[in-house]
Order: sequence, then structure tokens, then C-alpha cells
Amino acid sequence: MGKNVLFEIGLEELPARFIDDAEKQLEDKTKKWLKEQRISYTNMETFSSPRRLAILIHDMDENQATIEEEAKGPAINIAEDEAGNWSKAAIGFTKGQGKTVEDIYTKEVKGTTYIFVNKIIEGKQTKDILPEFKTIIESIQFGKNMRWGKQTMRYARPIRWLVALHEDEIIPFEIATVATGNETYGHRFLGNKLILNNPLAYKQQMKESFVIVDSAEREKMILDGIQKIEEQTNFNIPIDEDLLNEVRNLVEYPTTFVGSFEKEFLDLPEEVLITSMKEHQRYFPVKSNTGELLPYFVGVRNGNTEAIDTVIKGNEKVLRARLSDAQFFYEEDQKNSIDYYQDKLKNVVFQVKLGTIHEKVTRVVSIAKRIAEALDLDSTITANIERAAEISKFDLVTNMVNEFTELQGIMGEKYAQIFGEDSSVATAIREHYMPTSASGDLPETLVGSVVSVAEKLDTIVGCIGVGLKPTGSQDPYGLRRQATGILRIVNEREWKIPVAEILDMVVEMYKSLNLEHFNQESVSQELHEFVQQRVAFVLKERGIEQDIILAITNNEIGVMSEIFKKASILSAKRNDESFKPIQEALVRVLNLAEKTNETEVNPAYFETESERELFHAYQEVGHNYQKYCNKEDYDKAFSELEKLAQPIHQFFENNMVMADDEQLKTNRLALLNRIAILLNNFADLQAIEWKQHF
Amino acid sequence: MNIQNMILTLQKFWSEQNCILMQAYDVEKGAGTMSPMTLLRSLGPEPWRVAYVEPSRRPADGRYGENPNRLYQHHQFQVIIKPSPDNIQELYLESLKALGINPLEHDIRFVEDNWENPTLGAAGLGWEVWLDGMEITQFTYFQQIGGLEANPVTVELTYGIERLASYIQDKENVFDLVWTDGFTIKDIFKQPEYEHSKYTFEESDVDMLFQLFTMYELEAQKTMEKGLIFPAYDYVLKCSHTFNLLDARGVISVTERTGYISRIRNLARNIAKAYVEERERLGFPMLKKEEQ
Repeated sequence: MGKNVLFEIGLEELPARFIDDAEKQLEDKTKKWLKEQRISYTNMETFSSPRRLAILIHDMDENQATIEEEAKGPAINIAEDEAGNWSKAAIGFTKGQGKTVEDIYTKEVKGTTYIFVNKIIEGKQTKDILPEFKTIIESIQFGKNMRWGKQTMRYARPIRWLVALHEDEIIPFEIATVATGNETYGHRFLGNKLILNNPLAYKQQMKESFVIVDSAEREKMILDGIQKIEEQTNFNIPIDEDLLNEVRNLVEYPTTFVGSFEKEFLDLPEEVLITSMKEHQRYFPVKSNTGELLPYFVGVRNGNTEAIDTVIKGNEKVLRARLSDAQFFYEEDQKNSIDYYQDKLKNVVFQVKLGTIHEKVTRVVSIAKRIAEALDLDSTITANIERAAEISKFDLVTNMVNEFTELQGIMGEKYAQIFGEDSSVATAIREHYMPTSASGDLPETLVGSVVSVAEKLDTIVGCIGVGLKPTGSQDPYGLRRQATGILRIVNEREWKIPVAEILDMVVEMYKSLNLEHFNQESVSQELHEFVQQRVAFVLKERGIEQDIILAITNNEIGVMSEIFKKASILSAKRNDESFKPIQEALVRVLNLAEKTNETEVNPAYFETESERELFHAYQEVGHNYQKYCNKEDYDKAFSELEKLAQPIHQFFENNMVMADDEQLKTNRLALLNRIAILLNNFADLQAIEWKQHF
Repeated sequence: MNIQNMILTLQKFWSEQNCILMQAYDVEKGAGTMSPMTLLRSLGPEPWRVAYVEPSRRPADGRYGENPNRLYQHHQFQVIIKPSPDNIQELYLESLKALGINPLEHDIRFVEDNWENPTLGAAGLGWEVWLDGMEITQFTYFQQIGGLEANPVTVELTYGIERLASYIQDKENVFDLVWTDGFTIKDIFKQPEYEHSKYTFEESDVDMLFQLFTMYELEAQKTMEKGLIFPAYDYVLKCSHTFNLLDARGVISVTERTGYISRIRNLARNIAKAYVEERERLGFPMLKKEEQ
């Protein structure tokens, strides 16, 4: 039966966003440390709240495990003197290990015999090692650290107390002048200072002092509270996971409550209400069973139900002030026109070297127009795309977005509708920011998709052109995310324009502007490389193997939907046993074709039937391949290529490619090269590591 | 509790915590942090404890005295302690009790909020303190001031007086707050709020303000070259306020804006550096006082 150990780090209120991760680190680091220290235990529990991180280790062995270790000495020719007695070197070695020559045995290592002794490493007492736990506490990483007082230490927030208990004994150490002890603090207002004497009683003792140290339990209390409210009312309270996670880490003892606001605020756009409640005040909005917002909210207090009416009243007052502000902005904003806001954009800088938002929007219009042209869209849709691109940013200078920045695009859509814009234009203003994350929703409309792609292309090409390419973990303009977004949209929409062409089109447009800081020379190559990396990233996300990715990205970036189809075909073939003979034939052609640049095949020089047959097969396959590619049936197109395997085998069986006759040899290589070019049209098949799978 | 009594209570409380009670600094500024009593004194190794009310001017927030929540000029109660004491959160909560706010009857929380003032090259970490969902105090551990590492760390408490009063007095409109018996904010400040808004947004002489900015900037530089740090800093404050007036008038484009901010920041940085050097030359007198 081992002993129980408790550590608690007492802190000033930690930022809610750091808590879960810090708790996880505490667990992982402790596990790793105990393993290194050879200290066994049965299990561990971790705890966290805004003011503490804690870990309870059950049944810890009182000693480190004792282990026997092999110690390697000198080689036998050094360990023995000429007479065959142990040399000074050997005696010195055994002494150094606390052994005698009696303990020596020999073993061969890589052809040489060495002497060895078995060394016992005695386990130390656990209690002598536990003070080193200090380093675990110090090593926890947070997103942002600070200093306090005269301390040089950096931590998420100041450390105010430390509990370190080995059963009822204090484990002595000190961090930033705070010494360990057995005193902790309960809830700031409802609890007291308390003495801990038994690690196992930690959770219960804290609970009695109004601190729920188990964050899952706090979450459950909140959810139970919400459920109870739902049972007593006709409310439907959707649970936003992120909000729930944040709220449970803002309180040590949660109590849910219902507040209300004036019905007339429901005239505000729903997003404004939800943002005010969720983002600003951390309330859960309340809906009816039919999904409409109700003039209520659910808040979570850090405390019990005492004087809860005062708390509710206070929260209602704050929300009312926020919503009154929003209402004022909403009304004010509608007094101006889109032209008024467009004009204001001339004073808002997008990026110093890339000009104002107004200038950016002008570029986006021109890119969007070119995309619409390439897609051969009709004039009505094209006109809507142009208009949507033109006014895509007007809402940025409205009062509402100025105050509620997270409503960019959303207010744009609302206001555009109010100002009488076409509904597809209005929707595109909202959609052009999509997707907002790697797996975020894509624009649903065509107009929104075109503007979204154009806007992102402008940012990417512009930033790369003025030397703001992402490096390492630094991507301040989110270029990677935006490039991935473009590829996803282009694929989803099945646009048949090769990505490389779109990129070139934007580069041309930029070059024609002659911007002072725009590097006309390097931009194109850097841009293509950057986007190729993003294509590789997207393929990898879909589980495509690295070599297949290379096979695809070694070619110019083509049509996205085509790329995905080709990749999945190759990926399947690569793992298909029956494909082996076919791939052997194809690879042989590819290898040999490297020996020439010749593409001129002269049928008159053919000597054998198999030569003629292969040439004939090549012509037929080439024709059909193109036909299927045009139909975008890449499965069939690839099947055509596979048909070449049989005549290729025949060809190699009956012909000597590297013939002595120069003319014959050149002609045969030219034939193989023609076939290789055809194969490579599908992908750079040579990049695929076929062999490792057969 | 009326505002006057709130201020008296906070002054008494922090005076008992050995803070020097100062009066407001007599140059216009946008926040209590900009007073030299905070900004300069939080630099260097010398201990410092001070509390004062700072009337803060934010020209862009002027609303002609018509908006129930916004003011051209509001009041901050500022507490500055260097190095930050270990029990500063407890002291702060005690001060709320002194104002009659019983924590058991409310929901008081420390919600992460990291503060930054690029104009002054200043940044800090801390919280906004919520009272039943309302932000009543900015609680900051300075990490950097005037581009210099803060060492030891100064803690700054900024109570929003009107915010706190609207809660304590249970008023929806800032103009209904009682300053002292018989006098509301409306009585005292409505006219200046209207006139300052009118001046800021409609009547200010833009050309003159641009000229003033350049003159103040030049004077700050010249004064600092002569080693006169406090007067030089006064001119930085004047630059800052002039800039705020121009900005509120909407005559500074965003491109120019960054330029102006970096001009003020450069001045602030140089002054911060010069201040620490001068204190060092003087042998950090406050440090010696503490040792005695």
C-alpha cells in the first residue's frame, strides 16, 4: 500500500482559455516524470478551476524501483595483462562501479569481447525525490506569460500558494518565493482558508468550501441548471460547446440563472443579439421551440443562489445598455447610403504596401470579373458578382461593425438588403469571408463563391508580391487558410479552370497596376510554389500518400476537381496487387524514355510486328484517353493507359531498344517517349513509389 | 452613495494602504495611465504607491450630452503600486466592500483582459473586473512601459467612476448620477459635454491643431535634449490630446494615423529612457528611502 500525494498550484484567476490545456500538461508531464523516476502508483486525477491546478497521485510507492544495470568495462585485451590476470584498468573499472573483480563477466559486442559487471541501482525514497516536482510546475506552458512583483519568473498569472502533500507531510520546495504548505483557499467569497491533511479528501473538502475542482462536474452543474430551466419553461437553450467550455472555466461554483430583456430589442438582427449575449457577456441565448429568439438569456454566476435577484438585475442592466447602443447604431447606420460608406473606405488602410480597402476592393472587382469571364457566366450573374465585389467591404465602416467587429459581412448582408441591393449581392457580402476556418462552411451561392475566391486571391497574391509570404508558424495574414479556402471552393464548385491559370491571371492584373513595392520578378514562382504546397496539404488531409501527392503536384496545378479524382485513382491503384504487372510495364517505359528527348516516330523504321502494334495501341489509347479526359471520366481515361501494358510487354520481349543501329534505337526510344509523355499527362507517375507496395 | 463619497471612500481606503494621494494632473489626457504619476513613475526600480482621480478626455466619445452611456470626459480612480503586492486582489476586493459592495450579494469575477497602449509603447496583462456582468475596473500588471521592460512590475487599478456609480446608485443614464447631494452629473457636466462635442466635431480649427501638433512635438524634442524630462513629457501629452482632437474630427487618414502614433511613441520611448537614466544619476532616491 503506497502513499497518496497531492499538489495544488494556487493562482490569481487564470485566463479561461488556458485552463484545460494546463491541466492536461500537468497530467502528461507528471506521468512522464514518474516513469523516468521509476516510481509506481495506481492512478492519478487532475483538477482545475480559475484559481488552481491540482494533481492527486494515488498509492505512490514509497521507493523508486531498484534496478539492475549492466555496466560495460574495457575490452578484454586491456582488461587482462599478458599473464592473464586482471589489469589495473579492470580493477579500476570494478571499483568505480562498487564491485570487485569477482563480479566480472565477459560478452561480445560487435566482434570484440568486453568485460562487464552487473550494477544494482538502489531506489531512493520517494519522499526525497518529490521536491523535484517543482520543475514540473515550472515547466507548464501557457499561451501568454507575465511577471509580477519583483519576481523574474514568468507564468500565466501570479502564483499565490502551493500545496504539496505526501499524505499529511508537506513536501518542501519553493517557487517564486512561495513556499509549499498544507493551506489552500476555498471560493473567494463563500469559502475560507483551509488546512488539508489528507490528499484523498481534497475534492470533498474543496467542495465544502464552494470550489468544484473537477471541471467536468462544473460543466454538469451548468447543464443540469439549464435543463431544469428548460423543464420549468418553454425555453429551448442551445448549448454552444465553446461557450460552455469557457463559462465552466470562469467559475469555481456555478449557479445558472435566467434574465430577460425588453421585447423591442428583438427587432435587432438576431446575430447582433446573439453576439451581445454570447461574445460580450457569456450568456446562453434562449430560443422558443420553433427556433425564434426569446427576450431571455441564461447566465452562470460564480457562487450560490444568495441574493441572485441582485445579480440578475445587474446583468440585465448591462445587457440593456449594450442592446440600446446596438439599436442606436442600427438606426444611425441606416441613415446613410452605401455610397457614403464606400467613400469612407478610401481612408481605411488594408495593408501599408497594398493600399486602402477601397483600392483592394477595386482589385477584387477586376479579379472577380476575370473569373466570371473564364467561367463563361451570363451577364446578369456577372453584373451581380461585380456589384457584390464592389460593395463587399462597405459595412466595415458602419457604426455597428465598428463596435461589433465579429459581425463583418453579416451586417453587410442586412444593410445591403435594407438599401435595396439584389439579394444575391447581399448574400455574397456575407459569404465572401467564407470559409473562416480549415473545415468551415463554404459559400452556398455562385456569386458568393466567385467574390470569396477573388478576395482571397487578391490578399494572397498581393501579400506574396510585397514580401509577406508566411514563414514557419508565422502567417499573420492567414494566407495558408485562405489558399486552402480557395482550393476547397474551386473543387466543390467543379470549376474547370486550371488553378495555375487563375494564379497567372491575378499576377498579370497586379503587374499592370505597377505598385511600388510589388516584386514583379519573383512573385509568380513564389506564388505557384506556395499554392502547390497548399494543394499538397489538402491532399494530405484527405489521406493521400506522400508520393502520390508529389506525382500530382510535380505537374502544373490543374483543375482542382480533376486533381482530387486523379489522386484517389492513383492511391487505389498503388495498393492494388493486380496492378503490379501493369505498373512494371509503365515504369519501364518511363525509365527508358528518360534517355531521349526525341518525339518523332517514323513507322517506316519499324522492324517488328510488336513495334507496330505498340505504336498502333498508343495512337488508339491516346485518342480514347483524350476523349475520356474531356468527359472528365478519369477512371476510364486511366483504364485506357493501362491497356498499353500488354503491347509494352510484347514490345520489350521482342525488341532490343538499345539496338546497335542508331536509327532503329532512336525510333524506338522516340516511341517510348511519346508514350511516357502521354502517361505523364495523367500525373508524374515516376514520383510514385510503386515498388514498396509489391 | 454619491460620487463624491465614493471618491472620498476610495481615497481614504488607499491612503490607509500607504498610497500617496495625488490630485489630478493638470494637462489634458485620454486616460489616467498617461499621468506622469503613473507612466514615468512606474519606470525603473524605485518603489511607488499613489492614488488619484483622473478626469480623462476622449474627444471621439463625445455625444453632445445626449447618449446615456458615453462622455467626452469621464473620471477614473487610479491606483498605482510598485512592486505589485502579493495581496493586491484582496486589497482591491476590500476597497469594493468599503464602497458598500458585499461580494456575497454579487457576482464578482476577474475576466482575462490584456491591455495595450501602442502610443505609449506600453502593455500589460490582467483582467477586467466584472460586477454582475459589468466591467467596473481594469486591473493590469504592467509588463512594458515606454518600450522598456517593467521591472519590478507595477500594478495598476483603474476604477471607472461613472460605471461604478451607475451600479451603486442604480441609474440607467450617466447624467442622472448624483455627484453630491443636490447635484447630478447633468447639472455639472451637461453643458461642457455639449460644447466640447460641438467644438470637437464641428468647430475646431483643424489647421491650427495640425500646427500645434508639430509645435508641441518640436518643443518636446528640444526640451528633452536639454534633459528636462517632465516638461518634455507635458508636451507629449499635449501632442496626444491634439492628435485625439484631429482624429475625432476625422481629418487624419488611416495611413497618416499610424505615422502620428509612431511619432508620439518615439517621443514617449525617448522620455522613458531618459527618465530612468536621470533617476539612476540621482542614485534612485526612493530606493534609498525604502531601505531607511
